[in-house]
Amino acid sequence: MARRGPVVLRAVVIAYLVLLVAWPVSLVFTGAFANGLAPVLDTFRDPLVLNALRLTAIAAGWAVVLNTVFGVGVALLLVRRTFPGRRLLAALVDLPLAVSPVVVGLAIALVYGARSGWLGVPLANVGLDIIYSTPGIVLATTFIALPLVIREIIPVLEEVGTEQEQAARSLGAGPWTTFRRITLPAIRWGLVYGVVLCLARAVGEFGAVKVVSGNLIGRTQTATLTVEELYMNFDREGAFAVAATLASVSIIAIAIVGLLRARTERRTS
Amino acid sequence: MSIEIRDVTKTFGSFTALDDVSVAIRPGSLTALLGPSGGGKSTLLRIIAGLETADSGVVTIDGADATRLPPQKRGVGFVFQHYAAFPHMSVARNVAFGLEIRKRPREEVRARVDELLRLVHLEQFGDRMPSQLSGGQRQRMALARALAVEPSVLLLDEPFGALDAKVRKELRDWLRRLHDEVHVTTVFVTHDQEEALEVADEIVVISQGRVEQTGSPDALYDRPANPFVMSFLGPVTQLGGRLVRPHDIEVLGIEVRDAVAGVVADIQRVGNEARVRVGVGGAPPVAVVLTRAELRALGARVGDTVWLRLAAGAATLPVDDAAVAPSGPTLPAVAGGEGGRALAGASSPRG
Amino acid sequence: MTTPVRDDAAVASSSRPGVAGGDGVGRPVTSRRRRGGGARGSHASSSRGVAPAAPPLSLGAGLGLGLAVLWLSLLVLLPLAAVIATAAAGGWDGVVRVLTQPQTAAAIRLTLEQAALVTVINAVMGTAIAWVLVRDRFPGRRVLDVVIDVPFALPTVVAGLVLLALYGPQSPLGVDIANTKVAVTFALAFVTLPFVVRTVQPVLETLDRSAEDAARSLGASGWTVFRRIVLPALAPAIAAGAALSFARGVAEYGSLVLISGNLAMRTEVASVRMLGYIEGGDMAAAAVVATFLLAISLAVTLALGLFNRVGGRRG
Repeated sequence: MARRGPVVLRAVVIAYLVLLVAWPVSLVFTGAFANGLAPVLDTFRDPLVLNALRLTAIAAGWAVVLNTVFGVGVALLLVRRTFPGRRLLAALVDLPLAVSPVVVGLAIALVYGARSGWLGVPLANVGLDIIYSTPGIVLATTFIALPLVIREIIPVLEEVGTEQEQAARSLGAGPWTTFRRITLPAIRWGLVYGVVLCLARAVGEFGAVKVVSGNLIGRTQTATLTVEELYMNFDREGAFAVAATLASVSIIAIAIVGLLRARTERRTS
Repeated sequence: MSIEIRDVTKTFGSFTALDDVSVAIRPGSLTALLGPSGGGKSTLLRIIAGLETADSGVVTIDGADATRLPPQKRGVGFVFQHYAAFPHMSVARNVAFGLEIRKRPREEVRARVDELLRLVHLEQFGDRMPSQLSGGQRQRMALARALAVEPSVLLLDEPFGALDAKVRKELRDWLRRLHDEVHVTTVFVTHDQEEALEVADEIVVISQGRVEQTGSPDALYDRPANPFVMSFLGPVTQLGGRLVRPHDIEVLGIEVRDAVAGVVADIQRVGNEARVRVGVGGAPPVAVVLTRAELRALGARVGDTVWLRLAAGAATLPVDDAAVAPSGPTLPAVAGGEGGRALAGASSPRG
Repeated sequence: MTTPVRDDAAVASSSRPGVAGGDGVGRPVTSRRRRGGGARGSHASSSRGVAPAAPPLSLGAGLGLGLAVLWLSLLVLLPLAAVIATAAAGGWDGVVRVLTQPQTAAAIRLTLEQAALVTVINAVMGTAIAWVLVRDRFPGRRVLDVVIDVPFALPTVVAGLVLLALYGPQSPLGVDIANTKVAVTFALAFVTLPFVVRTVQPVLETLDRSAEDAARSLGASGWTVFRRIVLPALAPAIAAGAALSFARGVAEYGSLVLISGNLAMRTEVASVRMLGYIEGGDMAAAAVVATFLLAISLAVTLALGLFNRVGGRRG
């Protein structure tokens, strides 16, 4: 009797997700191999594509390292300390999630541009180019992915509470030992989770990087920019091959996150 | 080692947790900080441990000023209500933690851990993870962990509060015996007056940030300093304008001198105990506790007239009308809790 | 059981009368101050979870905070300030001139309209998806749960490309929506899919089923139970997810570049228009559009804070 509604709902939901997400995403893999393996291999022999993949790896690597250090530090300060402006800091840290990538790119370019940037001009005078160069891409990528580690760690820190840390202190452990031996192991899965999300976001960044990179082929072109470039030049297989590579990274990231989530759910249940 | 707390005040925002508190704890004693939740006893314990800092006042441990010392330098062992087990370490590694921090030789650590696990009856569980232990076992592990570093003072914050009644009872006896063996100065926080009376050899009653009374369990029970302490340590009722314990009232079938006449309002039998409520005219009904044998000998039934008088040597206090008058359904705090239940007819089940 | 378990309410009640007489240490207690703040009272005694008061900064922590704020300023605050300053440099007239320029105005209108449309789609479909994921049981449900995360993780330009593969000129379905408004809708629906689902799902999971059972026992039908009992409980989460989804829709760029065609006055969104200004070297105009988008983001963030406060935080 009342079973019809749920079945219809289930069918609608499945159809929506298949048509919007699952089917299109699967096409990127089949599309890459539409004309066999050879064009795909050619794409990955192209030094420009390889350069782009390398630049993406560098930018994502820096973004992960910077955001992990910053994220753990700020999360500890926000959860474990009181200081004036704490709520403001918490709000500011979330800000990058609400800013359009193109605005991020513009913002970075305005400050660090070599010709008229507030900080760009003095930096250029000492020979440091930020915009149209790797540091600009790193800055833009880091900006975009800034809150991801913090947001994963804060709830874990709150849930773990301070008792374990206090117990360690009362047993003679100093602040650094307490962090290394007690806090870090307690937040490790949240941290891995945050790092994976940060990595996926950094690898996939497009709009902000497009603005700050100048899209100089072979020098400042990242993998996502290469996808656009190849597609615009009617190299469909090439575009799909690089896109499939990027999609694989994100799907592996989701799989890791999914496994971790299942793991934490098992532990809490 | 002795602990001395002098004029300690601690506030959290606008809330005063401790208000000019002074307590001295004898070396080698087992002291209970007893009081209602939110009264400041946990805060006091945490200040002794260095987990909180007093706004003003002085904490001395073994004669040395420890007021500003960080927790890791105080030589105290702290046991938390919810165990604070390190979930990613085995039971043995948990116990070894403090020794490893101190970079003791591995052989010594292993020997000490084995010894402590035996002491807390967990020798079979060294390789388990804390999540594989029961609550009582986890708390014993936490105790072994705190004892491992040979603290000069052992502090326990509601150590049995998260455990069920039976395990709690076992651990109480066990803590008492452990203290007799180890002799380390021990302070524990509890809101359970039975626990304090049974385990401690010194009790500090704390309420609303103040020390109400300090003394041995007998002294506190027999000579409570004020209605609060009296009602917190056990049931109370009123007879002839004085607070008295229900079992300190004699019920007589005949009129004698100085006895108050009343009518039995109801009788409730619980095990070997009979709880009788006696209406005495204008005053609130008096709650009396008799043994079954006494009730049988008395032979009273509901509606019968009986005579009440204080037993010889009964502890009494004058009733402060403002504080104890049971008007309306909300009983005033001084007679609330246990006293309130007794006044309400000693009808609450005892377990 | 003779344990006088005094609950916090009793302790906190300010109507507690003063206790006369002396106490053990000979201090008169009649003058005892009343202490307010029941919540703090229970807090101070609870030894679990959040400490009664997190400690203030030590020297090391202060240094760390300084570094963090400096980094945040250099990376985020200063650049965003530069955007606003550049936009303001042209004065109010400059702002109006940019925003009323027909191509820009059309782009902003399209952006807001499409973001709003997609937000409505998400509020409905997102809630439905969350419901199916939490309450329905069928083989493959876990796969769907993973599919929800794909748009979060997939690079936006790849998202545009995959939609183009199914709904572009070489569509296996024979549906070609490339370079149309529908393409914008599809792309935005793709990238904003997870927001409502992921905010509603946890609330639905922790929802007390007994309230629904009670409503059913009182004669309510399935739909009535949903409308009268479940929906009000989910509303704050749906609103929060919708706000996030709207903000993301307004800001979107990467997924639209390939599929929308970026046709001026027709399928060009604000982000694309902004990039056009940047590539044309008109940073001031780009900054005006950027500030407008920032203002919308800010408004949505504030609204979100409001929803959270109204809805109350879980746990």
